[in-house]
Amino acid sequence: MLQLKDISMTFNEGTPDEKIALQHTNLELERGEFVTIIGSNGAGKSTLMNVISGNLIPDVGDVFINEKQVVHLPEYQRSAYIGRVFQDPMAGTAPSMTIEENLALAYSRNKKRTLRLGVNKKRKTLFKEYLETLHLGLEDRLNAKVGFLSGGERQALSLLMATFTNPNILLLDEHTAALDPSRAALITKLTKEVVGKSKLTTLMVTHNMQQALDLGTRLIMMDKGQIIFDVSGEEKQKLTIEDLLTEFQRIRGQKFESDRAVLG
Amino acid sequence: MFSFIAIFGAVESGVIYAIMALGVYLSFRVLDFPDLTVDGSFVTGAAVAGISIMHGVSPVLATLLAAVAGFIAGCVTGVLHTKGKINALLSGILMMIALYSINLRIMGRPTLSLLNETTIFKQLRDFWSGTGLDTFFNGMLAAIGMERFPATWAIVLVMMVVTLAIKFITDYYLKTEIGLALRATGDNQRMIRSFSANTDNLIIVGIGYSNALVAFSGALIAQHGGFADVGMGIGMIIIGLASVIIGEALFGTKTIARATIAVIGGAVIYRIVVTIALRVDFLDTGDMKLITAVLVIAALVAPKMMQTHREKKRRQRKRAELERIKVGEV
Repeated sequence: MLQLKDISMTFNEGTPDEKIALQHTNLELERGEFVTIIGSNGAGKSTLMNVISGNLIPDVGDVFINEKQVVHLPEYQRSAYIGRVFQDPMAGTAPSMTIEENLALAYSRNKKRTLRLGVNKKRKTLFKEYLETLHLGLEDRLNAKVGFLSGGERQALSLLMATFTNPNILLLDEHTAALDPSRAALITKLTKEVVGKSKLTTLMVTHNMQQALDLGTRLIMMDKGQIIFDVSGEEKQKLTIEDLLTEFQRIRGQKFESDRAVLG
Repeated sequence: MFSFIAIFGAVESGVIYAIMALGVYLSFRVLDFPDLTVDGSFVTGAAVAGISIMHGVSPVLATLLAAVAGFIAGCVTGVLHTKGKINALLSGILMMIALYSINLRIMGRPTLSLLNETTIFKQLRDFWSGTGLDTFFNGMLAAIGMERFPATWAIVLVMMVVTLAIKFITDYYLKTEIGLALRATGDNQRMIRSFSANTDNLIIVGIGYSNALVAFSGALIAQHGGFADVGMGIGMIIIGLASVIIGEALFGTKTIARATIAVIGGAVIYRIVVTIALRVDFLDTGDMKLITAVLVIAALVAPKMMQTHREKKRRQRKRAELERIKVGEV
């Protein structure tokens, strides 16, 4: 479904601020795989996401979606295949537009936008059905402006908008990190439901090791622009935080730096 | 006492300027793009319509050509901003000064007189006078005791229909799939790009549409006033903004349909206020820009001050209530 081949990316090359974000990274995702990515700050997780989404073009390397080379497709073309939820709850929705208008925007993702009305009766019913799956009562507030929703509600809506057109790939970029614990738990639960139901090929970055262990079928650890650890299947199910920390220490010969990752 | 005739004239031109204000609303509010092209494209519209009419093109076609010219000018601004990565304000200003020379080229001289030409309004009045509607409306005025009558009702009534038609088309457009994407571009560009919309193209088309309306309005104003002048666009952006801001402050912005009607209302009210202000003895036509500036400042500041005042009153009331309860307990 998704293939990254030998991706390298350096920021500010040749200046004192030079930073190697990705070094010869290879990654392959099967259809329906749910991969969680952990790693300390600056490990290259976000760069990896941006390379996949088309927000960044890597210095070298190829990106294939469905066996189609997409590395030179701009973000807006690639996003026909990719659903994305950002860390910032404000980032995934248009605040001055209503809930139904936002859903209509998402609904047109993989279709050509025309001069037909974005919201019609048929779509309204459809949007209501989708909103009901969130159990937040948003189905009764179709005409409310999204700017008036709480952070948790907006993030739930973002998740719905990113997924209900069944994209080939779903990217979740620390999408629960900016929420309070109870809302984060809700979004995590919704993520589990929606990914499970639609068998979406998913890549989730998280700082929370427990979340990385609880969710998904495969776990990847990144450090200094490389994938240093990759487990899936039963092996992953048995993994504990303790194991992850020892593993990191064994591979890198140093302690995992981020307290946030352990405590978060 | 302000004469009915003067107010009538203000409404008449206000309805025509309202089309320009709708254009400014599209760029400033919907796309969140402070587009200063307006000062130039308004004149471009006047110049294209004027020169076409003088060369024997039918006035209706000439006015439509003006809108096309405005569309192209707006698209160029959009391209400068999106493809050239020039700051939005600067791309508008660049286009504005470039258009000054282009407008001079189109006209061939600084001013075109259309007084002896067949304009769209002359045609309209000729057609209208056959209908006898003026006699009807003036009869109504006479019945309520008016002594002086406007020259024609044709312009104000037909322009109201045209302006409202443009409003409804715009409202509809902003609700289509493309229109929604356009609004999202002004609201959250990063988000709409992640839903596979080409924001560059949307901005280019949006600014093009906005300037088409501005140029259309300019073409009509030139035919209404009987001249096109290379300087007639100076400060037009502020007049457009004034209309948008006054309208929003008075009529609200709850929905798109509400906001666009507010903009039209704002444009008419702006004209009326300016007309009244110019009747004050010590003010003359040269003070118009100052009046406009003061109006915009008032429309921007007054709602906020009223809000603060209301909040203060509310807090005082709460405090007083609490005091009373305390006294009652003791």
